[in-house]
Amino acid sequence: MSRPGRDDSPDRLYTVTGGRSRSGPDNPFDLVTLVVAECDPVPGMQSEHAAILRLTERPTAVVEIAAELKLPVSITRILLADLQASGRVSARHPRKAAVPDPDILEQVLVGLRNL
Amino acid sequence: MDSATSDTRTPLGASADNGLKIVVVGGFGAGKTTMVRSVSEIRPLNTEETMTQAGEAVDDLSGVHGKTSTTVAFDFGRITLDSRNVLYLFGAPGQERFWFLWDRLFSGTLGAVVLIDTRRIDDSWYAIDRLEKHGTPFIVACNDFGGPPFTPEQIREALDLDPHVPLVTCDARSRESSKLVLITLVEHIQTLYADQARAPRQELV
Ligand SMILES: Nc1nc2c(ncn2[C@@H]2O[C@H](COP(=O)(O)OP(=O)(O)O)[C@@H](O)[C@H]2O)c(=O)[nH]1
Ligand SMILES: [Mg+2]
Repeated sequence: MSRPGRDDSPDRLYTVTGGRSRSGPDNPFDLVTLVVAECDPVPGMQSEHAAILRLTERPTAVVEIAAELKLPVSITRILLADLQASGRVSARHPRKAAVPDPDILEQVLVGLRNL
Repeated sequence: MDSATSDTRTPLGASADNGLKIVVVGGFGAGKTTMVRSVSEIRPLNTEETMTQAGEAVDDLSGVHGKTSTTVAFDFGRITLDSRNVLYLFGAPGQERFWFLWDRLFSGTLGAVVLIDTRRIDDSWYAIDRLEKHGTPFIVACNDFGGPPFTPEQIREALDLDPHVPLVTCDARSRESSKLVLITLVEHIQTLYADQARAPRQELV
């Protein structure tokens, strides 16, 4: 499998995002934020947006979307922020805490033991 | 279907709402991808992040023009734990340039497995150093490539490993062995946070 984006010049990526930029810290999408489509793709929609809506019919993590689209994570996050701003996707962000919730750790252990 | 890749995708259940991260870090050839593959429910996928020379991820694309940017690649797999929790397992190279992106990619990670090939122990010094500085819980797993058998004491000494950090041997090709590595990590994380809760750090006045 070839590494995604390897041959993509910054100019191509610039085109994908319409040249818009969103500063990193404001972008709420984590690598493992689960994204869910709120609508179907429509004709004329930017192809990357349409591809994301098809991928996220079921919850799909940002990093999986980036891998499937063969785009760098940061570019994917920009596309997702655009889609969310227009209500076309919703986001289930990881529950962040200074220390992990003991209940979650227990659930992880149970899940791993059941593998 | 829409594309070749869609045919092989295994979607998550509709109620999945909490993504969790564990990172497997190690030198080239240490067995990271092998370990991810052993436990993942999906074929490991590969993706990348791009950063400028200054170490900023590229998301202000106007700034890319005229700046040198480098790309770091990493792979990942997935384990559905229950109807809500999904664990993502990342295989990350330990080299120096990758650490520019650590906070951005792996903030909020539960912990890390430092995977070492005992024939090249020094490959992992840098990663251990950085994990300690970041305060990320980690364990060390020696992947058995049939190299000279070192005692745990020898490995601990070579790594200058804190005595509280678990050290295990594994075979990354085995699902059962890789699973045990992850369980050891999560149990270690539980112990760490339980200890912290019992003895809150004293504030200096
Ligand atoms: N003998 C042996 N070989 C292994 C083991 N784990 C991985 N390998 C092999 O070592 C090579 C490198 O592994 P890979 O997972 O690609 O390493 P990575 O660069 O860290 O992702 C592959 O050919 C694996 O099949 C192991 O536990 N024992
Ligand atoms: Mg690899």
